[in-house]
Amino acid sequence: MKKYSLLLVLMLALSVFLTACFGGEDADESAGDASGDDNAAEETESDAPQELRVIETSAIPAMDTMLASDTISFTTMNNVMEGLFRLNADQEAVPALADGEPEVNEDGTVYTFTIKEDAVWSNGEPVTAEDFVFAWQRALDPESGSSYGPYLMEGKIAGASAVFNDGADPSELGAVAVDEKTLEVTLEKPISYFTSLMAFPTFYPQNQAFVEEQGEDFATNAATLLYNGPFVLDNWDGSTDGEWTYAKNEEYWDAENVSLEKVTFNEVKDPQTAVNSYESGEVDITSKLSSALVPQYEGDPNLVTWLEPTIFWVKMNQTNEALQNVNIRKALAMSIDKQALTDNILNNGSIPANYAVPKEFVTHPDTDADFREANGDMLEYDLEAAKEFWATGLEELGTDTVELRYLGGDTDTAKLTDEYIAEQLETNLEGLTINLESVPFSVRLERDESLDYDLQFAGWGPDYLDPISFSDLWITDGGNNHMAFSSEEYDKLLKDAESTFANEPGKRFEALQQAEKVLLEDEAAIIPIYQRQANILVNEKVSDFTYHFVGPEYSFFPISIGE
Amino acid sequence: MGKYLLQRILFMLLTLFIIISITFFLMKLIPGSPFAAAAKLSESQRAIMEAKYGLDQPLPIQYFRYMANVIQGDLGISFQFSNTPVTDLISGRIGPSAMLGLQAMIFGTIFGIFLGVIGALKQNTWIDSGSTLIAVLGKSIPSFVFAALLQYFIAVKLGWLPVAFWRGWEYSILPTIALSIFPISIAARFMRTEMIEVLSSDYIVLARAKGASSFEVAFKHALRNALIPVVTVLGPLAVSLMTGSLVVEKIFAIPGLGEQFVTSINVLDYPVIMGTTILFAALFIFIVLVVDVLYSIIDPRIRLSGGEN
Repeated sequence: MKKYSLLLVLMLALSVFLTACFGGEDADESAGDASGDDNAAEETESDAPQELRVIETSAIPAMDTMLASDTISFTTMNNVMEGLFRLNADQEAVPALADGEPEVNEDGTVYTFTIKEDAVWSNGEPVTAEDFVFAWQRALDPESGSSYGPYLMEGKIAGASAVFNDGADPSELGAVAVDEKTLEVTLEKPISYFTSLMAFPTFYPQNQAFVEEQGEDFATNAATLLYNGPFVLDNWDGSTDGEWTYAKNEEYWDAENVSLEKVTFNEVKDPQTAVNSYESGEVDITSKLSSALVPQYEGDPNLVTWLEPTIFWVKMNQTNEALQNVNIRKALAMSIDKQALTDNILNNGSIPANYAVPKEFVTHPDTDADFREANGDMLEYDLEAAKEFWATGLEELGTDTVELRYLGGDTDTAKLTDEYIAEQLETNLEGLTINLESVPFSVRLERDESLDYDLQFAGWGPDYLDPISFSDLWITDGGNNHMAFSSEEYDKLLKDAESTFANEPGKRFEALQQAEKVLLEDEAAIIPIYQRQANILVNEKVSDFTYHFVGPEYSFFPISIGE
Repeated sequence: MGKYLLQRILFMLLTLFIIISITFFLMKLIPGSPFAAAAKLSESQRAIMEAKYGLDQPLPIQYFRYMANVIQGDLGISFQFSNTPVTDLISGRIGPSAMLGLQAMIFGTIFGIFLGVIGALKQNTWIDSGSTLIAVLGKSIPSFVFAALLQYFIAVKLGWLPVAFWRGWEYSILPTIALSIFPISIAARFMRTEMIEVLSSDYIVLARAKGASSFEVAFKHALRNALIPVVTVLGPLAVSLMTGSLVVEKIFAIPGLGEQFVTSINVLDYPVIMGTTILFAALFIFIVLVVDVLYSIIDPRIRLSGGEN
């Protein structure tokens, strides 16, 4: 008897603790969820329940549009809020809060947007031009701690630099509310992709009265946010919450075209767990599969794949004497069998990159031809040529051995890739020694900045739908060059693209293509390695799953659930 | 006793202070920038950001500012989770970790002690070998393997329990088992060794001679003395269990502290690294004290005192 009572006390203590842990509101919620999981209630209805369950790789770091700097925050904002434009499934910017295309002046430097009459916040107030001006000025306030504000506005929106760096009055920013529904934006120079930039959450509006009323609590949980998108955050306790839900926003101007009633998200960091919960039917959409998991789903109708506009390359630091020699650089660039890397080591559908601007990313504004068509492949794997360039290079340097430090990442995939590349270089180029160093991401960034490396494996994903997102990386002394690369011809072509041809999109595009040719064919400034493919499992009853190339990763509102 | 406790608490505060200081400077030695978008920011943009968070100041000034804030109970605001105070980040995530740890501890200790006692009583029989085997397996199988196997067979293949997430008590069963395998093996091993030793001591022989049943001898007379070394190990183990396991939390997608702590180190989220370290250290130091107090309860021969008499 004594033993039983001890057990009883323990169980009682535990149950009290349990209620505390899943406490209050959540306890009710989880009861509702459980029946939803069994599908017992819903299956009696004839139509499939319009509910979706999705895996994300992290909790939501930020819901204040000016503070966000990561894909998961941007994706959430894209679904519960809205800007002037949004990206559609074809990666085109289409009007969202904007009532049709903006009026643009002759120079292409002043855009006048009209805001939809029926666009409202979730508290019923209309979305006004003033909301945009407020949000943008806020993102440029050095005190606000926004990083994407200055990153996306400086050099683009007139006055942005003066406001952020020189303490100019925020009203000097080139964004003005002409009247309640008219926003006039003045640019520093014409930007051909400006409407797609307006799809970026950093440029979303914010309701000043609400933000100021919430003060420090603003955007810290579902209740301290205003929504103007297809969904509202229904259940989100803040950045620590590992599970959050969207509910349909009935006030949304296009609510009739949104069929999902509820979307549930769960934070899952382990790729195998993501797949396991998908396999057991607990979720409908996984996060991107890690490359080891891809082969087992090859040919599966539920595997959705797309080529991401993300390229990985090896940077060559030209403060190193050997790497100043163009023949040495060409030899290094042409001696790596990239096909074998993507086929055998990555094995996730990624493709070898023989270019510096990705494939299937942007098209010629006049002819619609892919950026890649004009230039084709450059610096392809060619062992014979590589060895010749190597010999010439060594002769010019007056040496027969070269030793290079290779800076790589510390993730599993990165280590495998780096070891492969180092091995290829050493085997194929006689007299070359590679010293591999694997470091964490933040360390690599710091050493990149201080040019403390010879070779470095790095990657880049774009923030806007334009080749310049890649091209301006390599301008002399550019913010991300960090490899002492400098070519007068390259700089001139980019300057042409940005100023001379600013209002001739066709010529501008061609100048950027020409620049890529200079970068790779003439200078062999970097060694492009591969372009990444995304792989994700989407249950076949989910239709219109939509992904994006820049900014937010997914749009969930076009989705409907079939039988 | 009171004087002893006061002295101990003073030393605890000193220890905590030293831990905070060392961690602070070690953490600042890690190279890199805490800003996620660092690669995209220009130098002047980054300088302004650093000034905003006080990172442009010399290290000693940053240190004194931080210490002053900590004394006032302000642990700062996270870099990776914008706008979120570190105290919120910790309190929001400690629930699941602590609950799993506590359950694993209770289940693991009881089951482990039981295994150890049985092993000792039935020394050198198949029951003994069986319980030793469980203890050895528990100690030698890495938890990520054990957790992954549990998840695959029990949840995916058999469908008896949920694969992952954190929505109710049934979601805590598999991770609890995965976590408890280690305390089980520790408790069983120590318990068996101690029990064998205690069972051969004179007072046990006396108890037997007086006609006590073997159950009574084992659980009433022997267990209490054999528990002392187990309590020593289990105290600190309890802290490490309750502050979250990276592996188990990751595999079962539990929104706990373990995962968050490791991520914060990877992305150099200074305030979260410091806040979590302070919490772990404080808990650890506190549990060590509790263990010492427990000694005197379990074994009246041990007297706690200030060190004089």
